[in-house]
Amino acid sequence: MQQSPAVNEAIVEIEHVSFGYDAARPVLRDVSLAIPRGSVVGIMGQSGHGKTTLLRIIMGAYKPQAGAARVLGHDVAKLDTAGLYAMRRKMGMLFQFGALFTDISVFENVAFPLREHLELPEDLLQDLVMMKLHAVGLRGAAHLMPTELSGGMARRVALARAIALDPQLILYDEPFTGLDPISFGVIVRLIRSLNDSLGATSVIVTHDVQEALDMVDYAWFIGSGRVIAQGRPDAIRGSDEPFVNQFVNGKIEGPVPFHYPAPEYGADLELPAGAARQAA
Amino acid sequence: MALTALRARLERLGGLVTSMVWRLGYASRFLGYLVAHSGTAFRRFRLTVAEIYFAGVLSLIIILVSGLFVGMVLSLQGYETLQRFGASESLGVLVALSLVRELGPVVAGLLFASRAGSAITAEIGLMKATEQISAMEMMAVDPIARVVAPRFWGGVISMPLLAALFSAMGIFGGYLIAVPLIGVDSGAFWSQMQAAVDFSNDILNGVIKSVVFGVAVTWIAVFEGYDAPPTAEGVSHATTRTVVISSLAILALDFVLTALMFTGGNR
Repeated sequence: MQQSPAVNEAIVEIEHVSFGYDAARPVLRDVSLAIPRGSVVGIMGQSGHGKTTLLRIIMGAYKPQAGAARVLGHDVAKLDTAGLYAMRRKMGMLFQFGALFTDISVFENVAFPLREHLELPEDLLQDLVMMKLHAVGLRGAAHLMPTELSGGMARRVALARAIALDPQLILYDEPFTGLDPISFGVIVRLIRSLNDSLGATSVIVTHDVQEALDMVDYAWFIGSGRVIAQGRPDAIRGSDEPFVNQFVNGKIEGPVPFHYPAPEYGADLELPAGAARQAA
Repeated sequence: MALTALRARLERLGGLVTSMVWRLGYASRFLGYLVAHSGTAFRRFRLTVAEIYFAGVLSLIIILVSGLFVGMVLSLQGYETLQRFGASESLGVLVALSLVRELGPVVAGLLFASRAGSAITAEIGLMKATEQISAMEMMAVDPIARVVAPRFWGGVISMPLLAALFSAMGIFGGYLIAVPLIGVDSGAFWSQMQAAVDFSNDILNGVIKSVVFGVAVTWIAVFEGYDAPPTAEGVSHATTRTVVISSLAILALDFVLTALMFTGGNR
């Protein structure tokens, strides 16, 4: 398996990063990766093993407790609030369920970052919002309220809002969760096409491995807070690394056990020793 | 054994006091940050106006109806007592002073905490739970400046206006009972009220109370919403805490303010 992507210019560099919400529970342990500019990459792995935490370190919501995270040329740990906000103006993020503002319309949701950061004439703003909505196929839904949208449509509106300021880096937190197959396909196509047309870089955090491998240029697997595998999609699929093999093929047997650690089954059922084995 | 149990209780009490002091300090820092980042709320005043509508205008019905009934009850009860001393002509004074000094700010504050305070907490808490606050931060927009500050100032501006309307409606309710129903002389009702109610000592002190209650209730509401755990249970608890803490704060502050304003030869 390939050890690192061909990095001409890394837009995100994570170097030996460790992080935990408290000292007893380290979430990330000595994670290193470099994301090349212009690529679509995936960060994959089980839920609760540090993927979203890594994404939040990239966006500067958390500061690494060890190591360094360099994003768009900035060491995020050294940025003050103003610096962090200046960096985030060059980034877009799609949240798991869209995170649309429910009290304003689809149009106003997409217009939100434009109104907050740019003082544009109203007609120009109108054109820009319509262009962004057209790019995700929802120009006709501009007048709807977020509560009137399906899950897939909400995700597409959130995507239009994420690209409103033409970001250099787009982060996706579980973008495929809860989507029907058609919406799923639409989002997959949009992520790739928007990335290429904007000349941006996309980082997708997901556990939908098979589908994500069809669209990414490179993937990292995070398990128990460490990078346990990485490579191009074809190499990942052909990997004989036990965890990757189990995860990619959705096997029950493998290094990730089905049962959460527990005392003897029979002990919980208060059975004698022989009967306990039969019950199991 | 008893010593161990006593020690455990003392430890729990100490932990409780420490956590309360810590939380008060955190809430104070939050208020300081909020006030320092209130520029947007005033520069783009329509954001604050929208919150005045949400917290103030939408609370009007409960405030006006409650004010009317409180004034009517006050008039009925007051007449019962005053007539024993042959002072039923002073009913207007009793109703007006009770409302302007105490009941207006306090009852309007309690209603404001229940109606608007809980709604503010729930709205901010749900925005947090559905990642709308995080989305705003990711768009390089400070949620305290954009979401919290307009709500805070909207509440602070609304509260004295609501208290004034409550008192005005209460006086009207008192008049309805006193003059047309009981038969107190209309001229005596209004003229005695006009002579006895002082602008700076009564009305202004009532306004000061309502401003203080407005700051306290809205501060508690926005803080509880912003600090709520992002779960259904967390938002539910935060909303309840807003109503309970705000109500207790209003009653405690009212005692302190009354002691400062209306004792020591002030009146």
